[in-house]
Amino acid sequence: MATDRIEKRVELKAPVARVWKALTDYREFGEWFRVKLDGPFVVGEISRGHMTYPGYEHVKWEALVQKMEQERVFSFTWPHPKSFEKRDAPVDYSAEPKTLVEFRLEKSATGTLLVLTESGFDKLPADRRDEALRRNDGGWTEQMKSIGNYVAKNP
Amino acid sequence: MSRRIRKQRTKAVVFAALGDETRLLMIAKLKLGRPRSIAQLTAGSRLTRQAITKHLRVLEGAGLVHNVRAGRESLFALDPEPIEELRSYLERVSADWDEALRRLQAFVEV
Repeated sequence: MATDRIEKRVELKAPVARVWKALTDYREFGEWFRVKLDGPFVVGEISRGHMTYPGYEHVKWEALVQKMEQERVFSFTWPHPKSFEKRDAPVDYSAEPKTLVEFRLEKSATGTLLVLTESGFDKLPADRRDEALRRNDGGWTEQMKSIGNYVAKNP
Repeated sequence: MSRRIRKQRTKAVVFAALGDETRLLMIAKLKLGRPRSIAQLTAGSRLTRQAITKHLRVLEGAGLVHNVRAGRESLFALDPEPIEELRSYLERVSADWDEALRRLQAFVEV
């Protein structure tokens, strides 16, 4: 079973300042994320562009920048259509569920610990939902643990 | 309405239907196996029969439960398919992030 929250922890062998730039400089972000953005990220504003990932160039990028706390937190909300196949790609994102993507950076012994979370696939506040899932459906949390293990084994 | 749009709407409805502790509890109960009556679903809960019925309608609307008749009794059974769909959806999102983060790693660890 899945839950409505995804969390990834990645140990990066690069200084926090370097990772921060790769995340928040729109050109650098575009390079690794494979999106061509129209302009810089600005808190409270919608970032627009289109994907450059081969085969998905028709997909629009739209994200509302939520937080940019220098070298600590970068977050945005985005619509989440998950079928990006050409015939399925939505024209209008307004009806799609919006999720919150958050990158948190921490200095670590070898460079930077990056914690990525994506949450809000449903509207129940995370703490109550997690509590509910823990009590009622071990399967959901088990699934997340196995994803965690996978990430740990495949850095 | 195209099939895709219907599907997208369904997904949003399923997310919304699952976004409630009481309904998650009800699903957990139904998951244990046999279809349950409203009385059985109400037992052990602090909610009234009316409240439980209302939640059942939401689950029904999302295609998560359906009504079955057993003699004179009206029972509700779980339809796991929409949950399975959400699960595979989240697995895809998760796999996409694994890939994106690997690209980020390659990008900064030069």
